[in-house]
Amino acid sequence: MYTAAAGWCLPRLNNSIAAGASAECDNYTAIHVRFGFRTPQSEAQLIVKYEPVIGLEIHAQLRTRTKIFCGCSTAFGAPPNSQVCPTCLGLPGALPVLNRQAVDFAIKAALALGCAVQPESIFARKNYFYPDLPKGYQISQYEKPLALGGAVEVTAAGKTTQIGLTRIHMEEDAGKSLHEGFFDSDRNTYVDYNRSGVPLIEIVSEPDMRSAAEAAEFFTHLREVLVSIGVNDGNMEEGSLRCDANVSVRPAGQAKFGTKAEVKNVNSFRYLQKAIEYEITRQIEVLEEGGRVMQETRLWDSSTGRTHSMRSKEEAHDYRYFPEPDLPPLVVDTARIEAVRATMPELPEARRRRFVAAYALPEYDAGVLTQSSELADYYEQVARDSGNPKAASNWVMGELLRTINDRGMNIADVPLTPAALAGLVALVDKGTISSSIAKDVFGKMFDSGRSADDIVAADGLAQNSDEAALLAIVHDVMGKNADAVTQYRAGKNQTFGFLVGQVMKGSGGKANPKLANELLKRELNR
Amino acid sequence: MADVLNRTAREIRDEVAGGTLSAVDVCGASLDRMDAVNPALNAFNHIARDRALERAGEIDRQRASGATLGPLAGVPIALKDNMCVKGMRTTASSRILDNFIPPYDATVVARLERAGAVIVAKTNCDEFAMGSSNENSAYGAVKNPWAADRTPGGSSGGSAAAVAARCVPLSLGSDTGGSIRQPGSFCGVVGFKPTYGRVSRYGLLAFASSLDQIGPFGRTAADAALALSVLAGPDGADATTATEPVPDYLAALTGDVKGIRIGVPRAFVSEGVDADVRRTFDEALETLRAAGATLVDVELPHAKYAIPVYYLVATAEASSNLARYDGVKYGYRSPHGKDSLKALYSRTRDEGFGPEVKRRIMLGTYVLSAGYYDAFYLKAQQVRTLLRRDYEKAFQKADVVAMPTSPMPPFKLGEKTDDPLQMYLADVFTVSANLTGAPGISIPCGFAAGRLPIGLQLTGRMFDESTLFRIADAYERLTDWHTQSPVI
Repeated sequence: MYTAAAGWCLPRLNNSIAAGASAECDNYTAIHVRFGFRTPQSEAQLIVKYEPVIGLEIHAQLRTRTKIFCGCSTAFGAPPNSQVCPTCLGLPGALPVLNRQAVDFAIKAALALGCAVQPESIFARKNYFYPDLPKGYQISQYEKPLALGGAVEVTAAGKTTQIGLTRIHMEEDAGKSLHEGFFDSDRNTYVDYNRSGVPLIEIVSEPDMRSAAEAAEFFTHLREVLVSIGVNDGNMEEGSLRCDANVSVRPAGQAKFGTKAEVKNVNSFRYLQKAIEYEITRQIEVLEEGGRVMQETRLWDSSTGRTHSMRSKEEAHDYRYFPEPDLPPLVVDTARIEAVRATMPELPEARRRRFVAAYALPEYDAGVLTQSSELADYYEQVARDSGNPKAASNWVMGELLRTINDRGMNIADVPLTPAALAGLVALVDKGTISSSIAKDVFGKMFDSGRSADDIVAADGLAQNSDEAALLAIVHDVMGKNADAVTQYRAGKNQTFGFLVGQVMKGSGGKANPKLANELLKRELNR
Repeated sequence: MADVLNRTAREIRDEVAGGTLSAVDVCGASLDRMDAVNPALNAFNHIARDRALERAGEIDRQRASGATLGPLAGVPIALKDNMCVKGMRTTASSRILDNFIPPYDATVVARLERAGAVIVAKTNCDEFAMGSSNENSAYGAVKNPWAADRTPGGSSGGSAAAVAARCVPLSLGSDTGGSIRQPGSFCGVVGFKPTYGRVSRYGLLAFASSLDQIGPFGRTAADAALALSVLAGPDGADATTATEPVPDYLAALTGDVKGIRIGVPRAFVSEGVDADVRRTFDEALETLRAAGATLVDVELPHAKYAIPVYYLVATAEASSNLARYDGVKYGYRSPHGKDSLKALYSRTRDEGFGPEVKRRIMLGTYVLSAGYYDAFYLKAQQVRTLLRRDYEKAFQKADVVAMPTSPMPPFKLGEKTDDPLQMYLADVFTVSANLTGAPGISIPCGFAAGRLPIGLQLTGRMFDESTLFRIADAYERLTDWHTQSPVI
C-alpha cells in the first residue's frame, strides 16, 4: 500500500476520487469517428486543401540529483512516497528554496537552443485543485519566464525550416495519481508524491510547424540537444520528456489561424506523429462536414489511436496566476550565464559536421554516431586510438550498437572500453585476424573486458599466413575436388569461390583470405 | 513560586543560569498559572505539560553539568498555534487542522529551543490568523485579561493574553496586518513585528506570505529585544529571509531618546480615533518630547488606501495558501464527500473552514480571477509601492513614525462580528507596516475608562528594529504602564 514514510500522511484517497475521475471520463463519450468522409475527396486532396498549423509544448525533466525546491532525491523507481519531505508534500508552513543546479541546467538548455536568458525572471503560482498537486498550486513561471526567443532548424521531407521558440520556463512537477492496478482501484485512487517537486523546463514553440512529420522532427531534434548537453535523460517511458501539441488547420492560403485543440498525453515518440496526424484529419473532417472546430483540450489514447475531448474552453481552468511570494525574483547575471556556457559541450549538429569533415564519414554515419554525446565520445576515442575512423565507425554502428540494442543497454554501461575496441580494429588492419574472426573476438571481448590480443593469442585465432602450410591445404582441396578444378580450368570461373571456401574451411577459418586467394589462383592456373 | 512569573525573561534566564532558580520550578509555575486562568481566558489550545517539564529538566541538568546556557535558558514561552512544533498538535485554531501533528519544527521553534527556551503551550488565535478580535477561532474567543467581556485583539489574542495574565514572560505571535501589535495594545503588553524577512517563516502556517512575520510579545521592550535576537537572522529554509546583519538589540537600550525624531502623521490619525486613544497618544508623545525627542509632522498620503490594498493582497495570497487544506493528505476530511472529487473538496472545505476564512478565500479567489487581476491585485501592488514611497519620504524627516496602534480601546466581544468592514477598519493604523515591510512595535501607553489598555505604535525604517527598542525601553523608564497587571 502506498503510504508516506513518516506515517503522518495518507496519500490514499477515498472512493470519491475514483468516482471523480470516472465522471471526467464521461466527456470521453464524445469520440469522433475517424474518416467518416461523405465526400468523394481523398485524404491527400484534403491535406492539400487545408494547411495544418502546429506548435509544441515540451516538458523536460532536468537531471538534478535533488528536487527543484527541496533536498529530496529525484531518482526514478524508488518505493512510493519514499522521497518526500514537508516542502514537496505541501505540509502546512513548509517553504520552497530554489535549486541552483536546476537553474544552471535550465540556462544551459536555453543557451543550447539559442534563447535569450532573462536577467530577471519571476516564479508564479498556477492554482488548481488536484490530489497529486499537494499545495493546490504549481510553482511555475508565467509573465516573466527564464528565457525568451530562440529557434531550431528542422529538416523534414527534404525541406529545411526554422522553428521559432517562444520561451523556456522553469516549474515543478506534480505527483502521480494511480487510478489502476490496486485491488480496490474501483473505489480508491493512490497518490505517489515522489515526483512532486521534480524540476522541469517547459519549452514552448511558435506555431511554426506545418506537418506532423515536421513536428516529430522538431521534437527529435530538441531531445537530441537536451540529452547531448546532459540536462535531460530523454526517457519518455519514465516521463522525463513529455510533449503536448497545439494543432489547428486552416484553408490553404488563409492567413488567420484556425481554432486550435491542445493534444495532451503523448508519451512516446512513435505516438507524437500519429496523434498529430489523427488530430489534423479529425479537424479537417469537422470542417468538411460544415462544422466548427472547438477550442478544447484533447487527450491522446494510444490504445485506440484517437484523441478524446478532455475539457472545452468553457471548462478550462482559470489558474489565477500571481507572483510566488515565497520566492524572490530569479536574478541571473552575465557571469553566471558565461559560467554555464563554459560547460557547454559541442552540440550534436556541430559535431556531426565535424565528423564528416575530420573523419571523412558519410552524413548517415555521422548522424548515427552523434545521437548522444556518450556514443559520439565513444566513437571518437575508438577512431583516434585505432587510427582508422571509417573502420571504427563500422564497428561502433554495427556490432556495438547491435549488441547494446539487443540487450537494452546504455552506452555508459558497456564493459568494452573504446581503447579495447580500437585494439581489435588495429588487429584487423594489420591482417592479424580476418573480419569474420574479428566478430567472434568482439563477442568474447564485450563482456569479459579482455583485450583482443589476449583472446586472439589464447584461442589461436591469428590468421594463418604461412605460405607452405596454406599451399598444403590448397593442394589437398584441389586433390579432393578434382571435378571443380577441371570445371574451373575449362573456364567456369564460378567454381573458384567454392574452392576458396574449401580452403578457408580446411584452415579452420584462419587462413589469410588474401594469401589463400593468391595461392589457389596460382595453383589452378599452373 | 508564583511570583517568579512577575519576573522578566532576562531575570529568569539569569537566575536559572546562576543556579538560584530551577527551570523546572519556573516551568511548573507557568503550567499551573495556565491551568488556573485558562477556564476564564481560553487563551491556550494546547498546554504541553509533560514535554515542557522534560525540557526544563534538561536545562537544569545542563546547568548542573556546567554547560553554558543559552540566552533564553529556562524561560517558558507560549507559541501561537500556527507554528509547527514536531509532534505537537498544531491547528491554526481551525477545524480543518484539528488533528494535525507536524512532523517537523518551525525554524523559530528550533532557534528558541537551541537558546534554552521551554515551549509550554500553543495559544488560541483567529483561525489561520484571520481576524482582529480572536473571535474567529474554532475553539472559541479568547477573553481579554483586563475585561472578560472584551476582545484581547487578534489574531494573536491568546499569545498577548498569556503574557498579560502572567502565564509566561514571552510568547510568539504572527503579524500579517497588525496581529501582534493590536492584541499587544489591547492586552497592555509589548508586541513587536520585525522587518519582513528578519525572522524565518519556515514552519509558520501561511496566511499571506508577503505580509506574514513572526514576532515576540513581552512585558518589556528588553524582553522583546532579547527574544528577537534569538529569532532573527537568515534561514536557508526561507528564501525571503534577509541577509542583513542582526545588530545587538540589547545594546541599543540606552534609555535615551535625545535627538530622536518622531514623525507624526497628524492628518491620518485625526479621524475616527477614540477620545481616550487620542488623549493617551498625545500624552505619550509629550512624554517622549519632554525626554529630548523631537516631534515632526509627516505625511502619508496613501495610508488611507492601506486597508483596501491590504484586503486585496492578503486575501489573494490566502486563497492560494489555503488551497492545500483539501482533505487529501492530512487534516480534516468530510465524511460527506464520497460522491466525487469535487464533493470531497467542497464538503471538506465547507465543513473545515470557518466563515471568515471562507469569506477571505472567496474574496482572494475573485481578486486573482481572469479579468479582475489587473484591476484588483495589480493595482493593489502599485498602491503598495506608493505607500512604501510615502514611508521612505517620511523617514527622511523622522527616525520613526508614531501612531496609535488601534483607533479604539478593546471592544466588546460580539460587537463587530456582524460587520466585517468595521472589524477590518480596526487595523487601519497597523496594516501599512505589513504592506511596506517595516518593523513596528506597540507599547502600553495608558488606559481608557474601565482600565482598558491602550498602545502606542512606532514604525521604523527597514531593518532598524534597534531604534524601536531603544525608544520603547526609554519610554518604559519614564512610565509605569507596562508594570500594571490585570486581576483575573
